[in-house]
Amino acid sequence: MKWETVIGLEIHAQLATHSKIFSGASTAFGAEPNTQACAVDLGLPGVLPVLNSEVVNMAIKFGVAVNAHIAHESVFARKNYFYPDLPKGYQISQYELPIVGEGQITITPEEGISKVIGITRAHLEEDAGKSLHDQFTDQTGIDLNRAGTPLLEIVSEPDLRSAKEAVAYARKIHSLVQFLNICDGNMQEGSFRCDANVSVRPQGEEKLGTRAELKNINSFRFLERAINFEIERQIDLIEDGGEVVQETRLYDADKNETRSMRSKEEANDYRYFPDPDLLPVRISADDIQHIRDTLPELPEQKRQRYVEELNLSEYNADLLSGSRDIADYFETALAEAPDLASVLANWILGDLTGALNKSEMAFTESPVSPQQLAGLLKRISDHTISGKIAKDVFEAMWNGEGDADDIIERKGLKQITDTGAIEKMIDEVIANNPDQVEQFRAGKEKVLGFFVGQIMKQSKGKANPGQVNQLLRDKLKS
Amino acid sequence: MTIKTVKDLQMGLAEGQFSSVEITREYLDKIKQVNPQLNAFIHTTEDQALTQAEDADNLIAKGKSQPLTGIPMAHKDIFCTDGIATTCGSRMLQNFIAPYNATVIEKFNAQHAVMLGKTNMDEFAMGSSNENSYFGAAKNPWDTGCVPGGSSGGSAVAVAANLTPAATGTDTGGSIRQPAAFCGITGLKPTYGRVSRYGMIAYASSLDQGGPMARTAEDCAILLEAMAGFDRRDSTSMQQEVPNYQAELNHELAGLKMGLPKEYFAEGLNPEVARGIDEAITEYQKLGVEVKDISLPNSKIAIPAYYVVAMAECSSNLSRFDGVRFGHRCDNPIDLEDLYKRSRAEGFGDEVKRRIMIGAYTLSAGYYDAFYLKAQKLRRLISQDFTQAFDEVDLIAGPTTPDVAFKIGDKTDDPVSMYLQDIYTISVNLAGLPAISIPAGFVNNKPVGLQLIGNYFSESRLLNAAYQFQQHTDWHQQSAEVQA
Repeated sequence: MKWETVIGLEIHAQLATHSKIFSGASTAFGAEPNTQACAVDLGLPGVLPVLNSEVVNMAIKFGVAVNAHIAHESVFARKNYFYPDLPKGYQISQYELPIVGEGQITITPEEGISKVIGITRAHLEEDAGKSLHDQFTDQTGIDLNRAGTPLLEIVSEPDLRSAKEAVAYARKIHSLVQFLNICDGNMQEGSFRCDANVSVRPQGEEKLGTRAELKNINSFRFLERAINFEIERQIDLIEDGGEVVQETRLYDADKNETRSMRSKEEANDYRYFPDPDLLPVRISADDIQHIRDTLPELPEQKRQRYVEELNLSEYNADLLSGSRDIADYFETALAEAPDLASVLANWILGDLTGALNKSEMAFTESPVSPQQLAGLLKRISDHTISGKIAKDVFEAMWNGEGDADDIIERKGLKQITDTGAIEKMIDEVIANNPDQVEQFRAGKEKVLGFFVGQIMKQSKGKANPGQVNQLLRDKLKS
Repeated sequence: MTIKTVKDLQMGLAEGQFSSVEITREYLDKIKQVNPQLNAFIHTTEDQALTQAEDADNLIAKGKSQPLTGIPMAHKDIFCTDGIATTCGSRMLQNFIAPYNATVIEKFNAQHAVMLGKTNMDEFAMGSSNENSYFGAAKNPWDTGCVPGGSSGGSAVAVAANLTPAATGTDTGGSIRQPAAFCGITGLKPTYGRVSRYGMIAYASSLDQGGPMARTAEDCAILLEAMAGFDRRDSTSMQQEVPNYQAELNHELAGLKMGLPKEYFAEGLNPEVARGIDEAITEYQKLGVEVKDISLPNSKIAIPAYYVVAMAECSSNLSRFDGVRFGHRCDNPIDLEDLYKRSRAEGFGDEVKRRIMIGAYTLSAGYYDAFYLKAQKLRRLISQDFTQAFDEVDLIAGPTTPDVAFKIGDKTDDPVSMYLQDIYTISVNLAGLPAISIPAGFVNNKPVGLQLIGNYFSESRLLNAAYQFQQHTDWHQQSAEVQA
């Protein structure tokens, strides 16, 4: 039997505010446990939540960017359950009236293929604290620094049909929230988390299969692996005559498997109801328009601009606009060398990306700054150095030896363009290689390459290749 | 000890007849003498009170006093007080010391008022008799065999027995007005959003409202002026200016239209209480008030609607008392579930448990629409009744309670009959309106309360109407002093 996979993602993006969603405490990551939790975050008797209006603006930005309906009135609801790191015994979330309604986003799972994925909703909520199980014997520590951190939960339609599509979608959202400046996207610190609802059904069947919810996935690589493992598990199970049960499964990256965490029978009844401590959030058409007007340039707009105004290839434009870090790098470099868009694109996506990947570094950590890269490419463009020498200069810059101009100067890498000097080298090479001269004159054009090579060797790569070619031809033919 | 109103004390302090320390001592002594019989206070804050009084005297001497500087008062033990225990009448919070002050407390502190102590109350403000206090019931000073009403029973007793000139209370379904009526004092429940709820331990968030309890409407006006106002820490508090309530007290009432809802004078009302209320209304007519029969047709659904909304909210509000971070924790829990179950089973009393369980039930999947959502719809109907009534009249009048104070223990086994205590007060909370209870006579030597209900933010008019009544009657001057 042929099987079809159906996947929906729930993404929790931590909103990049300075203070928490309902209190003035700081949201900075990594502080000593419980030093960033005020009376409101601790859920002390008598305290009340007050909405941080910045989170509303951020949610609207996201909604506008995915062409979603923004609710003119949305409501915070309490999700009731007991857990030690949930101080109030309820999480303030949104249930029936979320701030962002239906929207959509286009993904490119493979070059040349694009697909529109529906977004069901996005709602605001507060994060819980953290339970620390392994730091104390027979006891659990509770750190409430994270309690009350603002989250935007983005729920997709079950439109994704493979792990690959799921990853493409997650990456797209990841890139979008960073472009919008509403989330730092740091997956290690938990600022961007994905849960995947995965089910399978026979090809052609309309009814959805029973789904499992996969949690604890903190990288795109693990997202792909977890989903693929789960698809295989479900198909094997059904083909062996078994049945998928609706449950939450935890992904174990070390073992590359998913494990049952809790089944539906044990599922909580969250007893949602509107939070009487908070007023409904009212958003006017003017508020939305204002945010729409002041939205930063989004990936899709960038891509178009790169193609239309900078004459980049579709492929390069897509890659450069694919993440905020790359786009920022590119645009910073471009500001230094406005005429070199195409060369910059090639270097950023070629040599630089290669070097970064090799050292497992992000664009923001690049040892070669965008200004430095632009400086290097300007020297190629004005013929100070050749493309080949540029690779050496790049390596020197990567190793922290300074800017391109310093390196070129210090190492004497400046291209030789003095006709007299080049002619001198040519005369010498011709004199030393009479056989090859004969061959060329007999019509064996290929031998020209041999002479160019000899001259470049002699000049340590510094002779201008164009000039060398031209002068060689003239001399050999004379 | 002669009875003094807040107004009397303000004048005495200003004229140097006595110092704040002197009067504070007098009240503290009185509390020491008779509180063992009345159980009005859960704890007194003697040292702090005297320090505050000294500071106040210094300010008064320097001519830097504000209206409440040096005035002793008591606070319901539901308002968090920095560094001083706040129990909410519960074993759960027996040893809880808040690290911050409620906004209401801050406002009194800013004026250098003096806090005598924290008053007794039904556990988590759930009750109409004060019998649900973990610290034992407060006693009605008019008849110590009777309940003082609840949940702000301790505050009402303390004012009635002259243990304090004034106190704060909170009112979710009648918790200021009903004890005020039972103890023969004046108690005002302001418009929802008029007084900040920050630091006031929540029972039912959409209904809770703090307010003043004192001997006279004039004192309530003085206190409300200090308590009211927008608070950025409470999103449900209103951005509405606080009027000078005292300045509005002297308006004449001639031409004022007063509505009498037929539902408030129907079956269930003690005929003698009804007679007292009739006489009070006659008094108003003498002052030129026009009286009109009106109807609030949805009154009968107020009690069920209230109990669904209040219990649903309380079931969630009280989830934070889980034994993890503060409050009662059971000994030697074997695991997390045991910690939750025993801490809560031991920490909460029966009525609190009953309301949490019913509330959780009404919110659960499959019942939410039938109970919670339905109750919210009924709530709107009840509000509409009032809106329509206020198109025709300026004030609504009736009894605060169907009967006078009952015997301690009389209703403890019958929660429903206890809930019916609030039949005339509860609609006001559901609609979010202001209302005041003022003394209006006696039945069997026990006080009768007249309730006046006003439109949103019409506290000025309510206080004005109550004040004018008290200028022509002396029910509020009757003393229930208990001798040691």
